[in-house]
Amino acid sequence: MKTFNYHSAKDVKEASKLSSSSSAFLAGGMTTIPSIKLGLASYKDIIDIKGIKSLSGIKVTGKTVKIGSTTKHVEVAKSKDVKKTIPSLAALAEGIGDPQVRNRGTIGGSIANNDPSADYPSACIALNAVIHTNSRKIDAEKFFKGMFETTLKSGEIIEAIEFSIPEKSNYQKYPNPASRYAVVGVYVAKHKSGVNVAVTGAKSCVYNDKDLSKALKNNFSSSAIDSVRISSSGMNSDIHASAEYRANMIKVFAKKAVEAC
Amino acid sequence: MASLVGSRVERKEDKKLLTGRGKYTADVNFINQTFAYFVRSPHARAQIKKVDTAKAMKAQGVVSILTGADIANDKIGGLIAGWRIKSEDGSDMKVPAHPPLANETVNYVGDHVAVVIAESLDEARNAAELVKVDYKILKAVVDTNEAMNSDQIYKDIPKNLCFDWLLGDRAKVKEAFEKADKIIKIDLINNRLIPNAMEPRAANADYNPSTEEITLYTTSQNPHLARIIISAFNGVAPENKLRVIAPDVGGGFGSKIYPYAEEVVCSWAAKKIERPVKWVADRTESFLSDCHGRDHVTHAELAVKNDGTFLGFKNETIANIGAYASVFATVTPTYLFGPCATGVYKMPAAYSNVKAVFTNTAPVDAYRGAGRPEATYTIETLVEKAARELGMDPAEIRMKNFPTQFPFQQTLVHSVDSGDYVAGLKKAMEVADYKGFEKRKRDSASKGKLRGIGLCSYFEACGIAPSPVVMMLGCGIGLWESAEVRFNPTGNVTVFTGSHSHGQGHDTTFAQIAADQLGVPIENIEISHGDTDKGPFGYGTYGSRSLTVGGTAIVKACDKIIAKGKRVAAKMLEANVDDVEFSNGEFVVAKSNKKKTIGEVAFACYLPGTYGEVKSPLPEGEEPGLKETSFFDPANFSFPAGSHICEVEVDPETGETKVAKYTAIDDFGTIINPLVVEGQVHGGIVQGIGQALYENCHYDNTGQLVTASYMDYTMPRADNFPEFDLGFTCTPATSNPLGTKGCGEAGAIASPPAVMNAVMNAIGKEISMPATAEKVWKACNQSKKKNSEAA
Repeated sequence: MKTFNYHSAKDVKEASKLSSSSSAFLAGGMTTIPSIKLGLASYKDIIDIKGIKSLSGIKVTGKTVKIGSTTKHVEVAKSKDVKKTIPSLAALAEGIGDPQVRNRGTIGGSIANNDPSADYPSACIALNAVIHTNSRKIDAEKFFKGMFETTLKSGEIIEAIEFSIPEKSNYQKYPNPASRYAVVGVYVAKHKSGVNVAVTGAKSCVYNDKDLSKALKNNFSSSAIDSVRISSSGMNSDIHASAEYRANMIKVFAKKAVEAC
Repeated sequence: MASLVGSRVERKEDKKLLTGRGKYTADVNFINQTFAYFVRSPHARAQIKKVDTAKAMKAQGVVSILTGADIANDKIGGLIAGWRIKSEDGSDMKVPAHPPLANETVNYVGDHVAVVIAESLDEARNAAELVKVDYKILKAVVDTNEAMNSDQIYKDIPKNLCFDWLLGDRAKVKEAFEKADKIIKIDLINNRLIPNAMEPRAANADYNPSTEEITLYTTSQNPHLARIIISAFNGVAPENKLRVIAPDVGGGFGSKIYPYAEEVVCSWAAKKIERPVKWVADRTESFLSDCHGRDHVTHAELAVKNDGTFLGFKNETIANIGAYASVFATVTPTYLFGPCATGVYKMPAAYSNVKAVFTNTAPVDAYRGAGRPEATYTIETLVEKAARELGMDPAEIRMKNFPTQFPFQQTLVHSVDSGDYVAGLKKAMEVADYKGFEKRKRDSASKGKLRGIGLCSYFEACGIAPSPVVMMLGCGIGLWESAEVRFNPTGNVTVFTGSHSHGQGHDTTFAQIAADQLGVPIENIEISHGDTDKGPFGYGTYGSRSLTVGGTAIVKACDKIIAKGKRVAAKMLEANVDDVEFSNGEFVVAKSNKKKTIGEVAFACYLPGTYGEVKSPLPEGEEPGLKETSFFDPANFSFPAGSHICEVEVDPETGETKVAKYTAIDDFGTIINPLVVEGQVHGGIVQGIGQALYENCHYDNTGQLVTASYMDYTMPRADNFPEFDLGFTCTPATSNPLGTKGCGEAGAIASPPAVMNAVMNAIGKEISMPATAEKVWKACNQSKKKNSEAA
């Protein structure tokens, strides 16, 4: 591991000020630390934002659930408020990684990293989330740009993620048996305004499957999915799953999700 | 005192191991210690044109950088293949040189090129990045099946063929096959596995220039073997100047039986720089450079009569042994494999042909079961197919071909001393509720799931020894075991064993044996192992041998203690030695109430004379002290056997397979500690299910290891399994006085075919291990398509 300077920021302003092109923010460190250890990444400065109290916590308003960026997965999984308003989101958090990861990893870290197989990005898309940063609000649909890529600018810090409470929702995934990341994860959410079917793990970046969304908007039942054709083109193919398998699993898990709604 | 043999004594070592107070090699530190980091080949096959260490030598903290040229200059010997195999044509096996640091070529990703020794690990690692190696990259040979038709890796080894071995009689097999009503054929792959011991390998070597002694701490299942190899073959130091200590060892599964390049290099380097050199593998290094397991491609045939009687068996196997021939690499796919390939059955004619090939992958060596899982997988999937093709019940066809007379002369090598295979399978069927399967299948079907049932009846040859036999078969070492039982003056006991626990619970099991033999409370007995300076020479722990061979040596040493104790007690009790009997820790004069405890006798042995009230004269000519040593070499292997039944539930929509029910009935002869044995069976089953459903070592076609971390290499986990139903039958072994048979590997031997037979039963298709979700899904889909086409 290469050495780096460690800073513990007392507030968002200080954290932002410390940042540079060779720095990284550290919350749970569940990706950052292994990447440094494996020599895949190196930074001059690590800016720890875990200590910033205002970034952590869960607030429910009438129509939304707002979760602070350094809130840990275990806190979301166990939150009575989340379980009551968006039970599928609590269940998603409960299914991330393993107990060690859930007790350190944070929601903000997960979406800032935007791993193509991570679970949370699908929740953001499905639940029409708004990403609050220290300088602006970003719609989830615009936030995730590509593999490990978001619209966040240098020095920009996620402060909270605000999810719309849907009428019904469910998340189903086929976890990679080794890493337990999603080989395919499908988050179905029915809102007054329409239906989102967010898919993670299948392509280089999470996306909203418009064909499935449309089919379910007209008829919110698993049989509506039968007629939708999912092309395997552009899908990931690796030693764990071929593109063809992933394409098929999107349908299978979308159906499971609808049935579980 | 009640007998401890057979009771569920809690593991004495767990208090230390489970509370973080164990002491592993990585916990050992010396003053003035340096840290080693190995420069490893990033290429699967390349020529080394130049190693430039100039820049790295100037980096901060660097003490020394050593390369293959230095190893050659110092005439440090190469790593060895410990078992000589002859080909069918009588020629000797061909093995390449294996220098601890590569000199001319590198032959797998992870091969050792140089070692950087620095004041800290970070400094060593950073400097290693500055070592410039100029490679000429060559085309790598990766695929097991293609190895013989690929580029030749070593100048003197045509077709990359180590040997082409035959056991059995081709002519007899031909004759048997001509008489057959039906010939059942299979082609299978026994997938390559990575051992993944919980504790990565490590070494810490300390050299004392004034005594010229090296003390090497290392992660070894077999410190005595490490010492003799590093001394006699690598020539690092004479045996009397090399002490090898393997403290607590966190698992090995075979991968820590023998020394690797790192231990040799650390010992040599410590002597060279006159400072301690410490190396601890990180997990990536473990994936790359621990010896892997399995990796066979097999075609096998079974000749049967229409009534299910077996007439003959043959297999043609290609075994990938990786880039170099590791210590047990050549015996694993031959004598540990072939004899067991005819399974637990009467088989009038058989042969086993194995071609071992070199490839540009990590060396492959013994891994839990070593050869017997590959053999059992071959015969048990073949027998299941025979039952399917003949329309017979898989249990019935097995029962029909079991031997019922013991000793049973097995077709290819072994004379099996005891067993009752019919009883084992019957009990397994009863415990598994075999009859109720159809109902459970319907229940699963109502949930949209496919349920399958699979059987495996196995026997295996373990407790590895006897020395005359294994040496005749090409083994370069004897495989007996030693024990020393040492009474301390105050009456408690230290037992030294040449075997070495790396998780098996020897501290408990061996103490139970000694406690029963000597009548000493178990808490007064310590087991000492893992230090070549303490106990006598021994051959370590692998091949399910520690109890049957090492445990017996303890019994024999205790017998000698008791014999001497009788003589001493007779003198103390003023009786004739023939009238002294020993039981429950007391020497008693027959038909009297005169007695001495074994503690009193031990005390007398250490204080022989009269001192005030103490009157303990030794018999004339008797030496003082109470310590005896025994070396035990059994007359035969031990032959555990049993039947396992697995039920799986497959989700045809996703291909995910869940183990729904697992029953294991094993015959391990006499069981010393059921708690320990059940733990061994659980671990073995889990490891075998890992092979069947999850684990797979994957190299790409350039020889890069794709599954080099837990992100990609799937380890089985607790939530993958149901509760297992375990049970035992018992036919004691006749080759050791305890009547025990090895239990450490049985689970890993029996479970892969049981699981795969269940999966194939569920989906009605043949598939290869591991039965991953996608593979199963594809197979289900194909059958669906075919059905709809037929309709």
